[in-house]
Amino acid sequence: MSVDSSDGPLAAVRRPFEGPNTMGNSPAFWLGLAVAVAVLAAMPVLFGLYAAEVGAVFLAYALLGMSLAFIWGYCGILSFGQVAFFGVAGYAFGIVAINVATLTGLTVALIASIAVSTVFAAALGYFMFYGGVRDVYVTILTLVVALVLYTFMGQTAGGEWAVGDARLGGFNGMSGVPDLAVGVGSTGVEIGLLGHYYVTLGALVATYLGLRALVNSQFGYAMVATREDEDRTAMFGYDTTFIKLVVFTIGGAIAGLGGVLFTTQNNYVDPSVFGITAAALPVVWASVGGRTSLLGTVGAALAIQFVDYRLALSGSEWALVLIGSLLVIVVLLMPEGVAPRLHEYVLEYREDADPSPVPREPPAATEEVSD
Amino acid sequence: MATSDPSVKTTPAVDETGADSSRILQTRGLRKEFGGLTATDAVDFTLEEGELRCLIGPNGAGKSTFLNLLTGQLAPTAGEIYYDGADITGLPSHERVGRGISMKFQVPSVYEGLTVAQNLRIPLQQVVEPDAFDARTREILERFDLLEQWGTVAGELSHGQQQRLEIGMAMAMEPKLMLLDEPVAGLSIEETADIAELLREIADDDGVALIVIEHDIDFVETIADRVTVLDGGSIFREGPIEEIKADPEVKRIYLGEDH
Repeated sequence: MSVDSSDGPLAAVRRPFEGPNTMGNSPAFWLGLAVAVAVLAAMPVLFGLYAAEVGAVFLAYALLGMSLAFIWGYCGILSFGQVAFFGVAGYAFGIVAINVATLTGLTVALIASIAVSTVFAAALGYFMFYGGVRDVYVTILTLVVALVLYTFMGQTAGGEWAVGDARLGGFNGMSGVPDLAVGVGSTGVEIGLLGHYYVTLGALVATYLGLRALVNSQFGYAMVATREDEDRTAMFGYDTTFIKLVVFTIGGAIAGLGGVLFTTQNNYVDPSVFGITAAALPVVWASVGGRTSLLGTVGAALAIQFVDYRLALSGSEWALVLIGSLLVIVVLLMPEGVAPRLHEYVLEYREDADPSPVPREPPAATEEVSD
Repeated sequence: MATSDPSVKTTPAVDETGADSSRILQTRGLRKEFGGLTATDAVDFTLEEGELRCLIGPNGAGKSTFLNLLTGQLAPTAGEIYYDGADITGLPSHERVGRGISMKFQVPSVYEGLTVAQNLRIPLQQVVEPDAFDARTREILERFDLLEQWGTVAGELSHGQQQRLEIGMAMAMEPKLMLLDEPVAGLSIEETADIAELLREIADDDGVALIVIEHDIDFVETIADRVTVLDGGSIFREGPIEEIKADPEVKRIYLGEDH
C-alpha cells in the first residue's frame, strides 16, 4: 500500500516501516523517536555507569514487553507466558556459557539460547494452534507452562541438577553466568557494562524497526486480519493456524533475546523469572502502554520498571500495589491503553489544526488509522 | 434469465473417480452428523458453471451445515465433494479458497476495526501484486458503490453497505464459486433489489457460480436459475422456481400459508 505521507525527509527510507498498521508515520514521529533513542543513549553519559547497569535491565524488559505487544496486539494471541521463553533463554545461555567460557563458547551460547527459546515457542505453538487451542485457553496454557517451569526450576537445588559445570541451583538460582561476548577463537570482543547497555539498546531499536516493517508488510495485514476475525480470514485463503504459529514463534525468539540480555547483565538467573509476578508484568506493560502500539508497550515497560525500581530502592513495598492500581485505572479509563489514546488526540489535533483536511477517500485514504 | 440451462449441457465427461468435470461442484452422499443428530444426509448435489442456485428450506433443514461442508469449516461424516473436477473433501478451508471458492457469511462479517480499503486489501493481496492494490480497490469499490467510503472504518458502515463490502471482498478473490448465506437478511426493499441485481450480474457477467441460502421467496424468484429445497438434511425437491412454487409438498413443508 502506498503511504501518502511521503512528504518530509527520508521518505523512501521510512516507507518500509510505515503503514496503517502502526501509529506514528509522520516526520514528527520519527524525529521524536530519534530524540528518545538519543536520550536513552545519553543516559550512561549523564548518570554514569550505574545507570547503564540498571538501564540495561529495563531495556531487556522492554524487549520482553514488545514480544507480547507483537503477538497480542497484532495477532490477538494473549500469551501469559512470554517469560517462559525469556527465562529458558537465560538458563540456556548460562548452561552453555558456564561450561565453555571462551569467546567461541559465549558466541555459541548466545546463538544457542535464542535458538532454544525459538524452538520452544515453535513447539508449544505447534501443539496449541494445531491442536485447536484458541483465545483464553492459549492464555491459560502459556501461564501454566511458565508456572510449571517455575516449580521445576525451583526444585533443582540438589547437586545432581547440574549440566556439566553449570548448577541449576533451585531457588538460589544459577550464578556466575559470564558476560556477553562475541567472537571466534581469540579474536572477538567481550562486552562490558557500558557495551552491554548499548548492545541492549541497539537490539531494542533494531527489533522495533524490524517488527514495524513486518507488521506493515503483507504478512502484517494477514496477522491483523487473523486478530480481527480468524474464520473470516481463513475464508480468504489464509492459513491462519500457520500465521499464528509463525507470530508466536517470532514472539518467543524476541522474548528469548530479552532473556539472554537480562541474564548476562545480571550474571544470574533464578526461577522467579518464571513466577506469576514476572509473568504478569508483560501483560501489564502491554495493557497500560497499549498492546497495539509496540512503542507504547516499550514506554510502559521502561516507565513502570523504573518506578518499581525507585520504590524498591526507597524500601517501599508498595510497588506491586501501585502497578496493580495503575493497571486497573488504565484499563477502566482507556481500555485500549495510553499510546492509542494519545494517537487519537494527535489525529484530532491535526484535523483541528488543518480546517480543510484531506477527505478520507482516495488517494489520501491511507492516512493512518489506529486499529 | 438463466444463462446456463442445465438441460442444454453436452454429455458430461466423467473421469475415473466418477467426478463430472464439466460441473463446477458436485457432492456425493454428503453426510454430517453432530452427535446423534444428522444435519446433512446423503446429499447428491450438482451445480453448473455460472449457475445461480438458491437453497431454501425450513429452519434446521441443514442449509448452513451444507454450506459449511462446502467451505471446509466442517468436515463431513461421509461422502465426497468434487469441485472443478477434483476431490476437495479433505482440503482445509484456505486451500479451497485458493482454488476459487468464496464465502459470504450470514452475519455481515467485515473487519469492523479496519477501513473499507484495508478490508479489501486482505483478499486482494492474495490474488494481485502490491502495485495493483489501489487500482483494484478503486475498481471494486466503484462497482459496489462504496468509493466514498474508502477510508471509513467498516464498523461504521450501514448494514447494506457492509453486505455490499462483503460481497466485494468475496469477488476480490476472483472466485469461480461463491457461497452466500442469507445475503439480504435485514435489508430494506431497495437494498435487497440492489443485491439481487449485483448477484445476477456476478452470475451473468462474471460467470461465477453461486449458491445462495435464502428465506425470502420473492428474492429467490428474482434471482434464481434453479432452486433446491432441503428438508431434514436431504434434498427434498429441485427444479425451476415456478415448479418449486407450484409444488404442494414444498408449500406444505416450507412456504406455509402465505403462498
